[in-house]
Amino acid sequence: MTTAMKYRNDFLGEVEKNVEEGHWVRMCMQCGVCAGSCPLGNAWAHPPQELFMMIRAGKREEVLSSDSMWMCTSCYNCIVRCPRKLPITHIMHGLANYAHRLGLAPKGQPTRETATLFWNNLIKKGRVNELTFSLALYFKDGFVQGIKNALNMQAVGLGLVKAKRLNPMELLGGHGVKDQAGFKAMIEKARQIEDRKKGFAK
Amino acid sequence: MAKKEYAFYPGCSSQSKASASNYLTSVNAMCDKLDVTITEIPDWNCCGASIGYAEGGELPRLALSARNFALAETHLPGKEMVATCAACWLAQREVKERLDGSEQLLKETNEALAAAGLKYQGTTPVRHMVEVLIEDLGYDALKQPVVKPLEGIKFAGYVGCQTNRPFGIAGESFENPVYLDKLVETVGGEAVPYDQKVTCCGGALAFSEPEKSQKQIRDIVESAYDHGAEMIVTPCPLCQANVEIYQSEINKKQGTKFSMPVLYYSQLMTIAYGGSAKEAGLDGQLIKATRLEEIARK
Repeated sequence: MTTAMKYRNDFLGEVEKNVEEGHWVRMCMQCGVCAGSCPLGNAWAHPPQELFMMIRAGKREEVLSSDSMWMCTSCYNCIVRCPRKLPITHIMHGLANYAHRLGLAPKGQPTRETATLFWNNLIKKGRVNELTFSLALYFKDGFVQGIKNALNMQAVGLGLVKAKRLNPMELLGGHGVKDQAGFKAMIEKARQIEDRKKGFAK
Repeated sequence: MAKKEYAFYPGCSSQSKASASNYLTSVNAMCDKLDVTITEIPDWNCCGASIGYAEGGELPRLALSARNFALAETHLPGKEMVATCAACWLAQREVKERLDGSEQLLKETNEALAAAGLKYQGTTPVRHMVEVLIEDLGYDALKQPVVKPLEGIKFAGYVGCQTNRPFGIAGESFENPVYLDKLVETVGGEAVPYDQKVTCCGGALAFSEPEKSQKQIRDIVESAYDHGAEMIVTPCPLCQANVEIYQSEINKKQGTKFSMPVLYYSQLMTIAYGGSAKEAGLDGQLIKATRLEEIARK
């Protein structure tokens, strides 16, 4: 790729079209209040205003493979403080989702893995099963690490069981919606429309 | 006082034997004492919480919350929806705003809902339980049933993020909301000023980025101690769980000696209204709220 070609791409257009709330990106005036307001601010290699400028500069690879937007805790500080009222939290979520669905997000990024486990857990029955979600998290890096993680959190887990805030019987099924068929058909349809709209390969 | 009725969206964490089951217990007791009727929305589903976006994307997430609205509109027409969980309330509000503001998204979401035989009409507003308390009932009405004021107990009102931003409670500031302090005072407790009232606990990143989140939690608990609080009180199930559960982890790793009970506002109100420790769900605390148990026994 020649240098000239590198700058001829239209990543901003792509983000505006395909990323949730991406049409706001060109409104950023680079003040940096978002970066200063983020509870995990120092963990971002590229804070939001920098990601916005990188998008406008066409740095597709760098943005989508960055782990920065995966640092968002969904605290919404950036949204309420942004002088131009950009929905920054949602744009960060949108970028993370877009990078994830394109397969460009960093492999093994812990929030990325957690998010996938969470979503798969919730769409299985329509409600989150906290026990199987926790176990899936502990065991995501293999059996031995899973046992270690579970033992580490054993006191906490037993405390929760004793306080009736964690139910070992959830392993056998647990909570869920009654209209399983309708729920699944709805999610399937929504995913289909989204994939078609945003050009995700099936 | 006129009886109030709502369509209730408890959310996953408030189900029986889930991490905020004691929140639900105390909300039921509190509503009983206040003559507020909450009818569970039949067959409600998870809202996707604040971590669902990464795999779920936009439209499947919109469909989740739209399904809850559609069920409320079908089975409990004319009733406002009330949520007790911060994330549930936020998701429902966000989705309503998005769907009411975009014909395209509304059309696509209803196409997905049709697969479940449902339709989103947009006729149901969603409220947080705190809004019901302070807006529909008001502080004066909340004070009336108090029979056991929580005298002499100092609380750090921990508002956190999602009941505060981006929507928040009408008339409150994002940086220093005072409704929780006022609720504490309404039931006779003392609200201490402290500087971590709206600090993020790490949210769902407590699972994936434990060190970063535990730093947040440490700041919150430490500041509550520094300002003389004996207990923390919060309106959010994830704040409650994170700030209570991880104190022992932080003690183990960092040699602190944290042991600060973390309660829901509804637990304080249930006790002040003369409810038992069990009705207030105090048996659900990992760090026991001994002084509240004592008041309940009086």
